Formats: sequence, C-alpha cells, structure tokens
Amino acid sequence: MTLTLTNIAKTFPGGTRALLPTDLEIAKGEILSLLGPSGCGKSTLLRIIAGLETPDPGASIVFDGEEVTHQSVETRKIGMVFQSYALFPNMSVRGNIGYGLKMQKLSRADIDARVDEVIALCRLEAYADRAITALSGGQRQRVALARAMAPRPRVLLLDEPLSALDAALRGQLRDELAILLRQFGITAIFVTHDQDEAMAIADRVAVMSQGAVAQIGTPEALYRNPATGFVARFVGDAMPLGGRIEASRLHLPGGVIDLPKPADGQEVLVRAEDVRIEPQGAVTARVEAVTFLGTHYRIALTGATEAPLFALHTGLSAPRPGEDVRLSIPTEALLILPKAGAA
Amino acid sequence: MKSFTKIIPLLVTLLTCAFLLIPIIQSVLAGLTVNYFRGLSSGLTLKWIGEVWMLYSGSIFLSVGLALACLIVTLVLGVPAAYALARNPGRASRVLEEFISLPLAIPGLALALALLQLYGGWTEFRTSWLFILVGHVLYTLPFMVRSVLSVLAAIDLKTLEEGAASLGAGPARRFIDIVVPNAMPGILAGALTVVTLSIGEFNLTWMLHVPYLKTLPVGLADSYASMRLEVASAYTLVFFVMIVPLLMAMQWASARAQRIMQ
Repeated sequence: MTLTLTNIAKTFPGGTRALLPTDLEIAKGEILSLLGPSGCGKSTLLRIIAGLETPDPGASIVFDGEEVTHQSVETRKIGMVFQSYALFPNMSVRGNIGYGLKMQKLSRADIDARVDEVIALCRLEAYADRAITALSGGQRQRVALARAMAPRPRVLLLDEPLSALDAALRGQLRDELAILLRQFGITAIFVTHDQDEAMAIADRVAVMSQGAVAQIGTPEALYRNPATGFVARFVGDAMPLGGRIEASRLHLPGGVIDLPKPADGQEVLVRAEDVRIEPQGAVTARVEAVTFLGTHYRIALTGATEAPLFALHTGLSAPRPGEDVRLSIPTEALLILPKAGAA
Repeated sequence: MKSFTKIIPLLVTLLTCAFLLIPIIQSVLAGLTVNYFRGLSSGLTLKWIGEVWMLYSGSIFLSVGLALACLIVTLVLGVPAAYALARNPGRASRVLEEFISLPLAIPGLALALALLQLYGGWTEFRTSWLFILVGHVLYTLPFMVRSVLSVLAAIDLKTLEEGAASLGAGPARRFIDIVVPNAMPGILAGALTVVTLSIGEFNLTWMLHVPYLKTLPVGLADSYASMRLEVASAYTLVFFVMIVPLLMAMQWASARAQRIMQ
C-alpha cells in the first residue's frame, strides 16, 4: 500500500508544537524508519498515521488513494506493535492473535486457519496456548507482531518494538524482525531512537529532530551525505571538530587541517573511523583512554579539539594512555555542513 | 531461651483467638440450650432456631434480595464509573471520586435523615423496599468504585485499549473484552464487600425501614429487644450461618481471580 501524508502537524493543548507540518510518501512494501531522539515527534507522527492522535486541521492522510484522515483507528485497518506490546493479559497467545480476526467477524474455522498460519510464520507453535504472562520479552514481541499481522493490515506501524528488551536480545531480535517484515512484504513504519535498528531494518530512514524531518533517505545516503550536522551526529556518530575556521583552513587546538573548500560559518565533523593515528599527522593529541573492542581499539584523545575526540584504531597494538600521538584526517572524510539543525 | 521465644507468640496468638472465639461459642451455645440460665445441663435443642425461622424468615429473604439488588445496581453504576474515572485522570475526576466517597465519611444516620427529608413525602417510595435499596446503594457504591478503580489504575488501560482499537474493536467491545475481564479481581473484591456490607448494614436501614420491612440486622435488634435471650442468640447463629459461607465463597473467588491475573 502506498501511504501519502500531506501537511501533518500536531499542536498539543497548551501550545506545544510536537510536530511541524510534515509531508511524507511511503511506497508499497517499503519499510520506513522514523529515527530521532525522544521528543522529536516521531511517535506523534506514527500515532497520527494510526489514528490514535488527531492532526491539526489541514492534514491529509491517504492510504492507496483512500482518504482516511477522519477515519477512527478501528476502521483504518492498520496493524500496530506497541512499545509495551499491549498484549491482553486476559487472553492466551491464540486469543491475542485471533482478536483482530474476531473483530472482522470471520468464522471460527477461518480464524483458526489464519492464526495457525501466523503462529507458524512467527515460530510461536510451542507457545500458542500459553498465557501472556508466561512468555519472555522476546516471545511477547513476536506475539505482538503476530497479533498485528493476523488481520492482514494495510500498513504495519511499530513504535519502538525492541526498546523493552535487554541489550543482548535486542540485537538478535532486530535481525529476526527485519527478516519477518521482509517475509510479510508489508508496508511498514518503524519508530526508533536507535540508529543501528533503523539501519538494519529500514529501506529508508527519516531522521527527525525537533518536530521536523531533518533528512530522509537510504541508510547509505544518510551516512555518506548527511544534510545537517544533526543527521551526521545521529547517524554514524560524527564528532564536531571544534575550532576556528578561516576560509579553507581549520585551526584546532592541536594543529591546522586543510579543508577542501572555504567553510566560514559552517560546521566540520568527522567520524571516529576516519581519524588515523600516524606519525606524520598534522594534529597532535594526547591519548586519554584505550578500549579494546576485539576487531579494533577505541581511543579517546584530548588536546586535538575542544571536546574529546575518538579514533577507531585497527592494529595489533595501540598507543598507551598518556602518550602523545599525531593524527591525520583525510580531507575527503571531513563533513562540512551548515550549522543550523543542531540538536 | 529458644523455646521461650516460640512460646510467647504462641501464647499471645491463642489468647487472641480465645478472646475472639469464646463469646462466639457462648452465643452459639446460648442459641442451642433449652434454658440458658440453667446452663448446658438443661440440654440442647433446635427449638429456638425453628422459632427464629418462623418469626424472621421474611427478614432473611428480604436481606438476601436487597443485597443482590444492591450488588446489581452497584455493578451497573460502579464499574462504568470506575472505568470513566480511570480513563480520565485529572482534577475533575479526583473531585468526583471524593464526591462518590462522601457516604463513607458521613454517618449512616445522617444519610438516612437526608433521604427521609427528601423522599419522606412520597409515600409509595418511602414504604417500599426500593427506599432501603437506595440507601444501601449510596453506602456501598464507593466500595465498588474504589475497588475496581484501584485495579484499573494498576494496568496500562489506555495502551491495552489502543491495542484493541487498532485491531478493529469499537468502544463497547473494548469495554466488554478488555476492561471488564482485566478489572475482574477488583469487581469480585468489590462485590464481596458490597454484599457483606448490605447484609450487615444496620444504622441506615434502621432509619429507613418500615415495620413490615425488617432486614436481618434490624430483625436482630428487634429480637434482642423483645425476645428471650435464647431466641436472640439463635438469631445470631442463623446470621453467622448465612454470612460466613458467603464470605468464604467470595473470598475464594477473588483469590482465584487474582491468581489468574498474575
């Protein structure tokens, strides 16, 4: 299903503007992620699409050519996975998954058949007759997904579906969820504050900040060509190189870097993987801390910029804390972006 | 020393039990002895219980009927009220909750007097059992509302309902499928309290009743005042026999519901 959002805004009573007027188009079968820090309006946007919040007047939500802006959530035929899963504790796993089908007034046999099908897809056979309270967090998440998918919704909306899980499980379920969503082949919108989740699951990511979409694009495009400093920081953890910019030269406390073009009034950022420790580097820094991470070392450096700078260092050994090192940053790795849009 | 620390609590427990049980046993025995003043030596009899049944069986049926009617009314009014309060938390809800709870703080006598002042002139209503029912509902409704509200407040009702709505359930279905089943422990606990309070209520009922509408406790007072001690004690026994199994049954039901919820 194609989803077209036009002029979606939300002002809460009291005047807080949770969402500035936003337009968005989501293609059939596409998985879009709304990525941003808490309070950026991503959940509000999702809840407006679901019909759980009403947008400000002038908004238009179109599902495959059908105007649904004024339809209630019950009639929109959406599937939703909540952050807390919102599973019904008074029903079994089967009862939960079959509830949406029961609301469609399907026959007992049709309900059973579809429930079995979804249970098999989500690999919940062993838990089908259990009580919700007897499930682990990961199992609950799969039940929530199965329940949302069972009535064949037009669009699947997921609100931070992994954030209630502990870190180890989250990584595993993230990949599982990505595979399941592709299997269903459904148009899906996925809200998260975790860039890794967004990158792993989504076809396209909309980075949101302060109630507006800062940039929308494929994970690669966002990573390689961020439009603002905020996007660069949020996707790929770019670090600002705080210093004085004079035309195409950046004066840092630890040395001078040549910029590819004059950048007065702009912001220069770099990612940790692009900071190299080399004897002939132009910038001096002091090693503050070294963390061994298996494939590489993560080195905290001070003195090079105003804030601590991190470098990812591959090699069999790393400099020790307290040592002075020289850094080089390839010119093509520098991200020169407008200052506006900072979080 | 060790045995000492065990003996003292045991002794205190036994003494407390004796303190509670001896008057009950004595009262029960008084209702079963032929002549209380001559003691057990006069022999045991069921005559007094028969007499109580003859004199007061109407009160028993009236009380049970009133309690059930009161339960139905408090369920129909109290559960949706608690739901509305739980779904709309805020200052207005707090004020309303306090307002519903007012009958808890006001003596039953004052409540009864207010009802008499308001409806005393409406003779058919004043002399019907419905008048007593209104008093009982006023008095027991806060217990139902609070009991259901405390359970509803403990669950994330809003998100559960949003979940049901996203699956196509309208407001009425959500209430029946989601709200009521999840509020069940509170509803059962509230029902237990309402029935027990209604059967045992005296102050208010005594003010509201007319001579041919005596509830169990009003009849009890009547028997204490005008019957011989054995009949009055037999009445107490009948009261026990009625209310204890009821209490136990509902306690069991509410404990069971609580287990299912966990």
